Amino acid sequence: MSKTPDDLKYSKSHEWLRSNADGTVTLGITDHAQDQLGDLVYVEVPEAGRELAAQEACAVVESVKAASDVYTPIAGTVIEGNETLADTPEAVNNDAYGAGWLLRLKPADSAALDGLMNAGDYQAFLESE
Amino acid sequence: MGAKLVDFAGWDMPIHYGSQIEEHHAVRRDAGMFDVSHMTVVDLVGAGVRPFLRYLLANNVDKLQQHGKALYSCMLNAEGGVIDDLIVYFLEESWFRLVVNSATREKDLAWIEQQATGFEVEVIEQPGLAMIAVQGPTARDKVLPLLPARRDSAAALKLFYGVEIEDWLVARTGYTGEDGFEIVLPDSEAEAFWRALADAGVRPCGLGARDTLRLEAGMSLYGADIDETVSPLVSGLGWTVGWDPATRDFIGRAALERERDAGPAARFVGLVLEDKGVLRNHQRVLVEGAGEGEITSGSFSHTLGRSIALARIPAAAAGERCQVEVRGKLLSARLVKAPFVRNGKAQINID
Repeated sequence: MSKTPDDLKYSKSHEWLRSNADGTVTLGITDHAQDQLGDLVYVEVPEAGRELAAQEACAVVESVKAASDVYTPIAGTVIEGNETLADTPEAVNNDAYGAGWLLRLKPADSAALDGLMNAGDYQAFLESE
Repeated sequence: MGAKLVDFAGWDMPIHYGSQIEEHHAVRRDAGMFDVSHMTVVDLVGAGVRPFLRYLLANNVDKLQQHGKALYSCMLNAEGGVIDDLIVYFLEESWFRLVVNSATREKDLAWIEQQATGFEVEVIEQPGLAMIAVQGPTARDKVLPLLPARRDSAAALKLFYGVEIEDWLVARTGYTGEDGFEIVLPDSEAEAFWRALADAGVRPCGLGARDTLRLEAGMSLYGADIDETVSPLVSGLGWTVGWDPATRDFIGRAALERERDAGPAARFVGLVLEDKGVLRNHQRVLVEGAGEGEITSGSFSHTLGRSIALARIPAAAAGERCQVEVRGKLLSARLVKAPFVRNGKAQINID
């Protein structure tokens, strides 16, 4: 059973989002997603300042097997990408909700997260998949 | 054993048993094992086997004069295209064993049967045999105590030789660039042997690690690097063509000679990505002044910490550099000679 922390929001394309105290949102891929991908060997994150539309591809995670796009479920402006992943892509496998975060963004609409799944919904979604 | 399974040519195959990277390193540094029972074992039996193989295979089976000796060869069509690549073992003068790919099983068997017409040869597939490859610097030491008999004969095997031990075939061959054994044994004994190997500290490895290991070793994967549309001469396999003696008339010879004499249109090279990213099959390779080629196998080298690939590029390509189109961007790569890694050591310079 993959981990789904209670304090996060989730998307159907297996991203997680965390609301930070300063109004920004941190985004990564879920434990389930990293497990499906297998060992990552390369991660590409967006540059600060990039404007993202909802559902836009915002990062690339590559396992030995394949490259996969990561989508942001909400629109916003990139504050920073996790540049340390260029040298430590395995952090996404080992700590998907911590050191493996992909990017931080300032949401265009602070209420946008409300429409996403909570941990219980996401868990149920995984079981139905 | 915690395997993540995928379908491969109709077989449920483990892609990994937890971590593909750890499995890769286990083979380079210690010992790993692969269940490769999907490989197709075909015995050729009869007085006409050697003459038949002289005709069937591009490599010259007359290089096999000592019992147990193995030979890597392509099996070509009349146009010089590769129907399959395989290993042939010389067991007895009237008994040779082929190990061919599973994805090509049906067409291989049909082709071999068809070509065998007129030769005194019986073609016998052996679906009741399993195959386990144990590879890595400590592989032989870990396997030897577990063999059912004649351990001295297995310990004494030279590279690319095999020995029959009861109804097992133990061969010092592999697909990783490391020392070790490939062992063909009855299905009924495979599970117990696998568990004994695991107890001896041999790590189970999946298809994922098998692919990155063989890529580092510069070994061809059928269906990716070679197929019926290309000849060995443009696939880095010219060394496997047994040209001598000129009188040996093997299938595809005339086409290969024409290609050789005209000068092959392409050459097969290794690539090391200098920028960050991952090289993948079918990406375009741009060589200044020479045109375009294509990556046939690309992945990530866990030993080198870089992305590497095998590629077919125009014969006119000179110099050391090229560019590869990776997800819409042009990245820099260096042309190198494969293998990238052998016996745990890098064979190319990484700055």
